[in-house]
Amino acid sequence: MPLIKNGAAVQDPWFAATTEADLDRSGPLLVTLELWQQHRDRLVGRVGPLGVRLASAQSPGLIAADLDRLDLVALEFPKFTDGRAYSYARLLRERHGFTGEVRAVGHVLRDQIAFMLRCGFDALDVDERAAGGWQSATTAFSAWYQPATDAQAPISARRRYAVPARASQSVIRSEPVRVADAAELAVCAATWAY
Amino acid sequence: MYRYDEFDQTFVTQRVEQFREQVARRISGELSEDEFKPLRLMNGLYLQLHAYMLRVAIPYGTLSSRQLRQLGYIARKYDRGYGHFTTRQNIQFNWPTLGDTPDILADLAAVEMHAIQTSGNCIRNTTADATAGVAADEIADSRVYCEIIRQWSTLHPEFSFLPRKFKVAVTGAPGDRAVTAAHDIGLRMVRNDIGEIGFEVLVGGGQGRTPILAVTIREFLPAEHLLSYLEAVLRVYNQLGRRDNIYKARIKILVRETGTEEFARLVEEEWVHIRDSELKLPEDEIARIHAYFAPPAYEVLDATCPELDVQRAGNRAFDAWVRSNVEAHKQPGYAIATVSLKPHGGIPGDASAEQMERVADLADRYGFGEVRVSYKQNLLLPDLRQRDLFAVWQELTSAGLATANSHKLSDIIACPGLDYCNLANARSIPIAQMISTRFADLEREQEIGNVTVNISGCINACAHHHVANIGILGVDKKGKEFYQVTLGGAADQNAAIGDIVGPAFDEDQIVGAVETVVDVYLEKRTGSDEPFIDTYRRIGIKPFKEKLYATH
Repeated sequence: MPLIKNGAAVQDPWFAATTEADLDRSGPLLVTLELWQQHRDRLVGRVGPLGVRLASAQSPGLIAADLDRLDLVALEFPKFTDGRAYSYARLLRERHGFTGEVRAVGHVLRDQIAFMLRCGFDALDVDERAAGGWQSATTAFSAWYQPATDAQAPISARRRYAVPARASQSVIRSEPVRVADAAELAVCAATWAY
Repeated sequence: MYRYDEFDQTFVTQRVEQFREQVARRISGELSEDEFKPLRLMNGLYLQLHAYMLRVAIPYGTLSSRQLRQLGYIARKYDRGYGHFTTRQNIQFNWPTLGDTPDILADLAAVEMHAIQTSGNCIRNTTADATAGVAADEIADSRVYCEIIRQWSTLHPEFSFLPRKFKVAVTGAPGDRAVTAAHDIGLRMVRNDIGEIGFEVLVGGGQGRTPILAVTIREFLPAEHLLSYLEAVLRVYNQLGRRDNIYKARIKILVRETGTEEFARLVEEEWVHIRDSELKLPEDEIARIHAYFAPPAYEVLDATCPELDVQRAGNRAFDAWVRSNVEAHKQPGYAIATVSLKPHGGIPGDASAEQMERVADLADRYGFGEVRVSYKQNLLLPDLRQRDLFAVWQELTSAGLATANSHKLSDIIACPGLDYCNLANARSIPIAQMISTRFADLEREQEIGNVTVNISGCINACAHHHVANIGILGVDKKGKEFYQVTLGGAADQNAAIGDIVGPAFDEDQIVGAVETVVDVYLEKRTGSDEPFIDTYRRIGIKPFKEKLYATH
């Protein structure tokens, strides 16, 4: 599975520990919440970057007090329809002020990338076919309606501060709709409707 | 009404292009059906029994005549010449091909419409009072807030994969015509002691196999905090809602299992963090949206219309139509008329392309070019001069759209049922047709008075049978269709869940059973001024039960 970070495929330097024996390894180490909770003192004393992987039922509130010791939080999508991690990512960034890597792992599909980026994920463990999706995820829409974690000004703010929308590249393809004649327009009185 | 600006138009256009590309990936085989499914659902495209079905959003049930004409065009070009208006104020096309859907979405975008989030486990199209902005009893115009919710919820990055679908309803009047109590979130506009507009917030209503009425978690939410509060509710639900069992995944189960007070506490706790965030609605933003819904250029007219009185006195059929299908308007001399999509023996909610065009023309000629869609699956002409009612009625009559049965027994809500839907256990439409044929005598309907009859073809309750005065639920028993009857439900401000009357009836018995229920009511009511629901509340289920099962 390629790791995509900031739009580019990168070598994943992290080792995912699943057993106690793995904890002796050097280098960046990603542990499950269970390993973190059982071996917290040992892990804190260790040299090298640390990360915790949370399953979809595990809220980041469980590690909130330890976030300043962590360089990575991996949030798991057991299947793409389980959307809890979107809230978790936002809470990590917006509530807990976590500035390390927030990585999406598990069933991460191309068409969810845009939502993930908006919620504060900055690294995605995706399948081969989805690897090209970063581009479309960041360009399919020139602006979004609601504020989220990303730095993009939402449409509400753009309206307020008069930031122009990027001109649409696509052509609306439609049969012409019937245009009301002058008499009808008079009936449709001023400003109202069409 | 609301008009897209450059941002809205760019957004829907880009959405069309995105879906066009996704469809191409599906057709090329790059996407499996499993992977494609959530993408098409987010654009309202279902795979039904016989074909794809496209559900198009009609935000808060408001259409311009131009949009309605375009729906007629789509029905003719891509479908079989008709569309089906639903209880959620949407329209469904039953026969599009997969390859055509991007073009249909492009045709919708050309008239400022879309199908975004009409399906999937996300925030759906907001339900509204179809008479918002014109109803005589209104506190404030709920369309303003429905549009604000529409924009905020559109492709919300955090709430696109919720445990289950999520529906919000808003009413701006004490008379609840948006069924707020049966929605995941119900918003009732109220004024506080110092006259400010806000919302009473209800959560956890829903139908399906576990019907529950929503409970109030906040008596007064100032309007400026609407979005932050919604976001807090959704964030709690997204994290804690059950994902292990589809039947327990709606927010109603979470609220019930958590307890109302504790749930409200969780929401408030979350809300404290975000109430003063960017989500807070500045007064000028509310005013900006409000300006789109400014009243049209009404003429100054007398509240009474002598001409209308003369016309009514001279034509009994017209008089009956006015009595059942015309409602009070806040502007003197104007009226709201229901365009019935419930001809006796017809398919509830279906409209042909020609009918859509006729209604659009009437809206242009007589009513400022606007049409509404009600959750009762009818259309409304919201701005008619009282003196034009007769002319409008004549034209509606010639188009088969003037059945004088609004709020009457044959104004039946029915889901598509087993004729179209792959979730259904039983047929709904033919049952609705049989019942409305049996009660086709208008004088008899007027005599029976106001009563709601809703028919769902399965436990998902798309036709809201739980909150009908007479609810009918289709069930499958060993391959045979049976119909369970509930009585006493109500969808208005006094919402109630109906009581199951007893063992289900088969297809041959169900119409007779409805007739028996009506007979018991007619016999027991104190007079013609006591509607069905009042009689039921007074006498209870027992007399109905006795009569129903004595005769079978």
